Amino acid sequence: MGDVYIQGVDMIRFGRFPDRSLTSLGAEAALLALDDAGLNMGDMQAAWCGNLGQAGGMVGQRVLQEIGQTGIPVVNVANACATGATAFREAWMGVKAGLYDVVLAVGVEQMGRGLLGGAGGSKGISKEGLLGSGIMPCVFAEAGVEHTRSYGTTFEQFAQVSVKNHHHSTMNSKAMYQKETPLEDVMGAEMISYPNTKLMCSVNVDGAAAAVLVSEKKARELGSGRAVKVRASALTSDPYSDRDLVMPDINTCTRNAAAVAYEMAGVGPDDLDLVELHDCFATAEILHYENLGLCKDGDAGRLIDEGETALGGRIPVNVSGGLLSKGHPLGATGIANIYEVSTHLRGEAGARQVEGARLGLTHVIGLGSACAIHVLEKPA
Amino acid sequence: MSEKVESSGPLPAVPYIKLPEGADPYLEGQKCSSCGAVYLGQRMACGKCFSREKFEAVKLSDRGTLHVFSIVHRSFPGVEVPFVSAIVDLEGGGTVKGNLVGVEPEPGSVELGMPVDVFFDDAGRKDGDGNSYVSYFFRPAA
Ligand SMILES: [Zn+2]
Repeated sequence: MGDVYIQGVDMIRFGRFPDRSLTSLGAEAALLALDDAGLNMGDMQAAWCGNLGQAGGMVGQRVLQEIGQTGIPVVNVANACATGATAFREAWMGVKAGLYDVVLAVGVEQMGRGLLGGAGGSKGISKEGLLGSGIMPCVFAEAGVEHTRSYGTTFEQFAQVSVKNHHHSTMNSKAMYQKETPLEDVMGAEMISYPNTKLMCSVNVDGAAAAVLVSEKKARELGSGRAVKVRASALTSDPYSDRDLVMPDINTCTRNAAAVAYEMAGVGPDDLDLVELHDCFATAEILHYENLGLCKDGDAGRLIDEGETALGGRIPVNVSGGLLSKGHPLGATGIANIYEVSTHLRGEAGARQVEGARLGLTHVIGLGSACAIHVLEKPA
Repeated sequence: MSEKVESSGPLPAVPYIKLPEGADPYLEGQKCSSCGAVYLGQRMACGKCFSREKFEAVKLSDRGTLHVFSIVHRSFPGVEVPFVSAIVDLEGGGTVKGNLVGVEPEPGSVELGMPVDVFFDDAGRKDGDGNSYVSYFFRPAA
C-alpha cells in the first residue's frame, strides 16, 4: 500500500477574532493549505473538519460553502483536544485505504476566555470546589504532582517549560504571543492551580489550520519537492487504570500511541529531530518527555534543566511556542502542530528552524481520553 | 433530586454517598466480582476485565492515603478559594477525589502519601429548591 503525503499545510495566525465567524477562520486556513499545495477545491475528493465547540453545527460543510461546494463527502469530527489531529488522521485513512488521491483536513475553533473544565451536572449542586476541582489547570496540576511524587520534580522545573516555550514563540509570527517570560515571571505569575501559574496554562485563542493530503501517486505526479511523508498515524483512548475515573490517565494512552507510531514508522525516539507535543499545561510537557520516550522515566526534570528540549538542544520540543504561547484553539491544535513540524522538515521555519530536521513527531491528547500521534518525514 | 421533600433530611451530594437511617454515612463502591475492580457507580460490564457478573455493593473505607493534590487558587465564580483538591486511595480499594481540609492550603503543608480520614459534613451549598446536601471531605488522619 502506498504512502500518504502532506502536499499542502498552513495555519492562520492564532489570536482572538470575536468579529469573525468560525467558518471564515476555517475557510481562510483551507485556502492557505490549498495554495500551499498548488491545488483548488475542485481537486478535493473528500474533506474532514475538526471542531469541538460547534460539534453539531456541520462546520465542515459551512466552510465549503465559503470556498467551494463541490458535493464531496464531508465528515465533521469532535474528539476533545485531539479533534484536529483526528480529522487529519481520518483524512489519512481515506487516502491510505485507496479511496481517494487528494483530500482536505481542516481544524478550526473559536474559544471563549476563562477556565475549561467540569462544572458538574445540572442536577443537585455544583461539585466544583466541593469534591476537589475539575478545572483543567487542576487536573493537569495533579498529573504533574504525581511526577513530583515519583521523581521529585520541582515547581521550578515545571516553570522552566514555560520559559522555554515562550522563548521559542518569539521566533514565530503565527503565535498568539511573542514575549519572553523569565523564570521569576513564570513562577511569580498568578497561581491558578499549584504548581500551574497563569503563565503555565495554555492560551485560549481562536485559530484554524488545514492540510491537503495526497496519495503517493498524486505526490509523484505533482512533483513539488515539498511533500512531507506521513510515516505513522496512531490514535488511542484511555485503557482501564485504577484511578482513571477520578484522575484522567494522560500517560498510558500517550505511551500506547507512541508505541504504535514508532512501530508503524519503523523508527525510535532517538531518530527524531523535533517534537511538537501537547503542552496544554507546563506540567504536562514534563510527563510527555517520558511518555514519548524522549528520555528514561524519571529523567524529564534533567532534560529541561539541561536545555535538551530547547531549540539547539538534543531534541527540541515545541519550537512553535507550543500551546502555552502559540495558543490552543482545540479543534485546530492538532493540525497546527503538523504544520509546524512540516515547516521544519521543508526547511522553511526561519529563525526557529531546527537545522537538518529529517524526522518529526506531533502529539495531542484530549481528556476523556484521546491521544493522536503522527510521525512525519522530510520531502525526498 | 430537584423537588424539596419535606419529611427527608439532607440529600447526598453524589449518589455514592450513602446516608443510612440511624447509622454513620459511608461511601459505596461497586466491586467487580470477577476481578475486584471498584467503581463509583454501576456498570453494564467491568471496564477492566469485561465481566458481566453482578457487581457487589461494598462499603468503602473511611481511611486512605493522599495520592496527589493541587492547591486551587482560581476556580469558577462563587467557589471559595484557595482549597486543596486531593485524590485519595482508600484502604481496601477505590480512589476518590475531594477537598482536603484541616491543613493550610500551601504546598509545604500537604505531604504526598500522608494518611487521611474521610468524614462527612454539610456541603455548605443548597440547590435551587432549598435542599441541603451532605458531602465527604478528607482531613489528616487522627
Ligand atoms: Zn472486572
